[in-house]
Amino acid sequence: MAGGLDGRGVGHLVIHGHSPVHRLAPETKVVSTFAFVICVALTPREQMWAFGVHAAVALSIVALAGLPARVVLARLAVIIPFLTFAALVPFVAGGEEIEVLGIGLSRDGLWGAWNVAAKASIGATASIILSATTSVPEILRALTRLRVPKVLVSIMAFMMRYLDLLVDQLGRMRTSMTARCHDPRWLWQAKPIASSAGALFVRSYERGERVHQAMLSRGFTGTMPDLEEQATPGGDWARAALPPVVALAVLLAAVML
Amino acid sequence: MIAMHAPDGFLEAPVALATAVIALVFVALALRVSGRELGDRQVPLAGIAAAFIFAAQMFNFPVAAGTTGHLMGGALAAILLGPWVGSLVVTVVVVVQALLFADGGLTALGYNVLNMATVTAFGGWAVFRLMRRFMPRNAAGVMGATAIAALVSVVLSAAAFSVQWLFGASAEVPFDTVFGAMVGVHVLIGVGEAIISALAVGAVLAARPDLVTGASDLDATQLAGGRRVGRRTFVLGGLFVSLVFAAVVSQFAVDNPDGLEKVAIDEGFIDSGRDHALDSSIFSDYATSGVGNETLSLAVAGVSGVLITLLVGLGLISAARQGRDRIAAS
Repeated sequence: MAGGLDGRGVGHLVIHGHSPVHRLAPETKVVSTFAFVICVALTPREQMWAFGVHAAVALSIVALAGLPARVVLARLAVIIPFLTFAALVPFVAGGEEIEVLGIGLSRDGLWGAWNVAAKASIGATASIILSATTSVPEILRALTRLRVPKVLVSIMAFMMRYLDLLVDQLGRMRTSMTARCHDPRWLWQAKPIASSAGALFVRSYERGERVHQAMLSRGFTGTMPDLEEQATPGGDWARAALPPVVALAVLLAAVML
Repeated sequence: MIAMHAPDGFLEAPVALATAVIALVFVALALRVSGRELGDRQVPLAGIAAAFIFAAQMFNFPVAAGTTGHLMGGALAAILLGPWVGSLVVTVVVVVQALLFADGGLTALGYNVLNMATVTAFGGWAVFRLMRRFMPRNAAGVMGATAIAALVSVVLSAAAFSVQWLFGASAEVPFDTVFGAMVGVHVLIGVGEAIISALAVGAVLAARPDLVTGASDLDATQLAGGRRVGRRTFVLGGLFVSLVFAAVVSQFAVDNPDGLEKVAIDEGFIDSGRDHALDSSIFSDYATSGVGNETLSLAVAGVSGVLITLLVGLGLISAARQGRDRIAAS
């Protein structure tokens, strides 16, 4: 499954709230998230305490934003396949072996597994905080202000706008196939699924053409107007910088020690 | 699977940075070309196509005995929309999945975009164009070329990941183990990708042939002409191609092509007690940590690296040529 979507669509990504995290200007949140995750990814894996501090920072922001732990944990399920892979690494990696419960495990492999598990879960938590406290239009506006090429932001905007629609359409197609006793178990029974994928593409494309014509008739000139033309409050940059600054300090300390 | 949506910390920082730079160059190129080629008419279409690829990744198709896989869609996007727009569309999907759904790490965006969007779209496009030459000029020919392109694109993506692992692994797993497991598993996934992509392209060809960029050189009578491919021929043909492919791939160094778990158990016990340098630097260490066949390891890595680069390059050239023809025609 495409992670976390669980058939309920992008509208459910944001968890409504009025916390200080929710209120920050979106562009400061996007930059802060990237900076924080980069610091975490660069932290040397041997400094376990550093990951403790990183995790504490992430968790305190979750608490500050008032995000329910249940929701955050459910969305973290996306990384489980990789944790499974990480769990295999100590068995396949080479190098010095250590005995754990009578099984020889690679020391290097254990470090590798720890490295992926720690960085992946802290990094994913950061993305979850961003998408749970920032609505999709806000994120798109942030990307525009951060000078991401307009074409990319527009493609992203149309994609997010029509994703729920397409997913619903997909669900209806599936329902009608199931209602006609469609229950494939082998690859050569996949033809109806592929045909409906093709049909979905044609329908999406034709919808795109109609949407474009409708927009042209309403005076679309190629760009979406930014309805909130105001500068980013300076205080927001300072507040949003706090987590990455802590992470950077931890990173520097971890490298020095 | 593993080449898809890698999280933060999966590969080391230099590789993450290098792949990010390469991916950015491709995105910038694609933006330039599609900006010239498309105009604002295509933007809503590209956006909706991105939503389609996103939704298509949620199509679980049956593999065997009730287990399912899902579409990657890179080759499919390139064949439907052309490699430039196709690669942009899959890039947007990958970025949104990382940013909003925590599916794939933000610092892993470089290699995730490179493996899932760039390599699959351009590599798949190159294979598609090559295969079109050997296929009849009708709908069945387009579908056959799509099937092979989709299969190869998934395997290329896995191979690209293995090569990156060689340079920036976060743990010292021998290259041939990673390569064998990744490519082995992805040949199987690729068969599903091939069948679904080909049938999907067939469905679009039947309804709106003008929407398939990869078949824009054929007119309606050519598309309708030729024998229709029966389902049995199609599946048997697909299986034959993938078996040949798997056989060729397994000639390279794959000790245990029966999946990650078997490799894990075997390697874990067979290779006990071999010493190594604790520092995890690049290339030379990984080659020597292979199971005594470092030459082979290096050869496989080299060959797959060259092959990926070659195919992506071919895709680029072919895309550029098509763009020029279109401008000349208009």
